[in-house]
Amino acid sequence: MATVDIRAVTKAYGATPVIHGVDIDIRDGEFVVLVGPSGCGKSTLLRMIAGLENISGGEIRIGSRVVNDVPPKERDIAMVFQNYALYPHMTVGANMGFSLKLRNAPKAEIDGRVNRAAGILGLSHLLDRFPRQLSGGQRQRVAMGRAIVRDPQVFLFDEPLSNLDAKLRVQMRTEIKELHQRLKTTTVYVTHDQIEAMTMADKIVVMHDGVVEQIGAPLDLYDAPANQFVAGFIGSPSMNFIKGKVDATGAAAFVTPSGARLPLERLPEGAAGKDAVYGLRPEHIRISPDGVPVEIVVVEPTGSEILVIARLGEQEIACLFRERLSLKPGETIHIAPQAGVTHLFDGATGRRL
Amino acid sequence: MADIAAHRASPSPFRAWLSRVGQGRHLLGLLFLLPAAVFLLFFLTYPLGLGVWLGFTDTRIGREGVFIGLENYESLMGDSVFWLAVFNTLLYTIGASILKFALGLWLALLLNQNLPFKSFFRAIVLLPWVVPTVLSAIAFWWIFDAQFSVISWALIKLGLIDHNINFLGDTTNARASVIAANVWRGIPFVAISLLAGLQTIPQSLHEAATLDGATGWQRFRYITLPMLSPIIAVVMTFSVLFTFTDFQLIYVLTRGGPLNATHLMATLSFQRAIPGGQLGEGAAIAVAMIPFLLSAILFSYFGLQRRKWQQGGGD
Repeated sequence: MATVDIRAVTKAYGATPVIHGVDIDIRDGEFVVLVGPSGCGKSTLLRMIAGLENISGGEIRIGSRVVNDVPPKERDIAMVFQNYALYPHMTVGANMGFSLKLRNAPKAEIDGRVNRAAGILGLSHLLDRFPRQLSGGQRQRVAMGRAIVRDPQVFLFDEPLSNLDAKLRVQMRTEIKELHQRLKTTTVYVTHDQIEAMTMADKIVVMHDGVVEQIGAPLDLYDAPANQFVAGFIGSPSMNFIKGKVDATGAAAFVTPSGARLPLERLPEGAAGKDAVYGLRPEHIRISPDGVPVEIVVVEPTGSEILVIARLGEQEIACLFRERLSLKPGETIHIAPQAGVTHLFDGATGRRL
Repeated sequence: MADIAAHRASPSPFRAWLSRVGQGRHLLGLLFLLPAAVFLLFFLTYPLGLGVWLGFTDTRIGREGVFIGLENYESLMGDSVFWLAVFNTLLYTIGASILKFALGLWLALLLNQNLPFKSFFRAIVLLPWVVPTVLSAIAFWWIFDAQFSVISWALIKLGLIDHNINFLGDTTNARASVIAANVWRGIPFVAISLLAGLQTIPQSLHEAATLDGATGWQRFRYITLPMLSPIIAVVMTFSVLFTFTDFQLIYVLTRGGPLNATHLMATLSFQRAIPGGQLGEGAAIAVAMIPFLLSAILFSYFGLQRRKWQQGGGD
C-alpha cells in the first residue's frame, strides 16, 4: 500500500496538450475516483500512473519514489482494463497467476495465492475455464483477481464496469467497494459515470478538458460544487441552471428574464445587479402555493418518484417529487426551492458565488 | 382465399415449374451449387482424374497408351533421379519454409511497430509477391549469373572474394540459390498474413502483460506467439503447399540442373512428360506428389482445429 502524489503533471501528444498541470494527493488506502466526460484526460492520467504513457511534465510519486522514469513492471501496480484484457489462451487460473509465473514464484505459492484470490471473488469453480467461456461479470471478476493476486501497492481501474449491463454494474460496484474495504489497497478508479463516482469514492476528482475542476468527498461535491461544470456533472438528474440577474433591492432575490423571482439565502459580495446562473437540483424543488408559477411540459413517473419537466419563461426546469402527485402536461404548478440548497454561479466564469 | 388460390395456380406450366423450383429448398440449393460444381468438375476433378489414369498407362505423346497397372511406379522405385527429386523437393520445401517463416515473422513484427512511413513499407513488402514469378526468376537468373552476377561483383569490389561465385553451376550453391529465390518470393505472403494476425491481438493484452511484469521476450513468448498460432498454422500450410509444388522458379533458373541437383518432383514430372514425351511416367511422378500434399493438408486439418481457448461463447 502506498500514497500516490501527482504534482503539476502535464501531458501533450506532439504539440497538442491534453492534460494541463494536475495536482492530486492520494492517501494510503484511499479510494479515489477520477470522473469526467469523455476526452477529459482521466484515462490518460491513469495510464500515466501505470506507466503506459510518458509523463510530459511534472512528477508522479508512488510511496516516496518518483516513478516518472520507472518502467511499468517495476511500479508495483495492478490495473483492471475496460475490456478486461484477459489472456484468451490461458485458463482463469493461469490468467490470475501469470504475473507470479513471470516472477518465477514457486508453483505452490502461485496456487496458494490464486486460490485465495479466487475464494475472495467466488471464482474457485471456474479456475480451469477459458475467458471465452465466462460471462461478462465473471470476466470482470477474473480481471480483478489478476490484480489481487499481485498484492500491489496500488490498484488502477479503467472504466471497469462500462461493458456490463445496468444490473450487473450495480452489483459489481458493490463488490469492488467491498473488496476495497477488505483489502484497503490504495485505489484509483476512472469512470465517466458520476453515480459510480458518488457511490464508491472516498474522494472524487472531477476532470474536464485536462484540468481538475474540483477534488472532494462525494457529498462535498454535491453540496458545494466549485463551479457550474461540477454542479452539472454531479447529481442525477442534473442540476437546473436558470439564467438571470441578482437583484439586491429589498429581500435579495434572483430575477429571471421572464420576471420570476427566486429566493436567495444570502447575497454574495459584489453580486448585486450581476448576470448570474441560479442552480437548483431537481430533488430540491417543492410545490408551494407562494412559489413561482411554471407550466408542466412532460411528466415521467418512475414509481418511486415523479420527474416533471416544466417551463419557466423560456427555460426548462426539471423537478423531482417524491410524493405521488397527479400532474398533467399543460397544468401550471407553483414551485419553490427547499431552504438552504440553492446555488449561485457567476454568469461569466461559472464559478460559485 | 379463393382469389389467391386461383392466382397461384398459374396457367403456364413453365411458371408452375419455376415456382415449384423456387419453393423447394433442396432443388433451389442444388441449382445454386451447379456453377461451382461444374467448374470444379471440369477444371479440377477431370485433370486430376486424367492425371491419375495416365499414371497407370504407358501413354506417350502421339500414341494412345494402354493400362499397365503399377509398372510406372515400379520403375520409379528403382529410379535414382526420381528419388533425388524427392529428396530435393523435401529439402527445398523444408529449407525454404523455415526461412520464410522466420524471416516473415520477423518482418511482420517489424511492420507492426510504429515505424515512420509504415504504409509505404507495408506496400513495398508486397512487391516480390506481386511481380510475376517468371519475371522475378529471370532477374534472379541475372543476379546468379556465373559471369555477370551483381553479388559476385559487389563481393569482389569489397575485397571479400577474388573470383566469381558459381551460383548455379555447383550443386550446393544451386540448391542454396533456388531456395534463396523462393524465400524472397514467398516472404510477403507470410509477412503480410502474420501482420494481419498480429493486428488482431488487442494492445491491451500487451499492456496487461507489461504491468504483470513481462519483458519484451516474455510478451512475445506468452502472448504474441500463442495468440498467433492459429494463423501461423494456416499460413505455413499454404506456404508449404506452394513451395512443394513450385515449378516456375526452378524451370527458369536451373531447369533442374546441375546434375539434377535442383530437380523437384514438379519439374521432373514436366521434364519426363513433355520434352521427354513419356506422359504416363510424368503423370506417375505428379501423382506421387499427392501423398506428400495430402499429409501436409491432414497435418493442417488437425493442427488447424480450433484451439480449446477459441471455443465457447461469443464476446
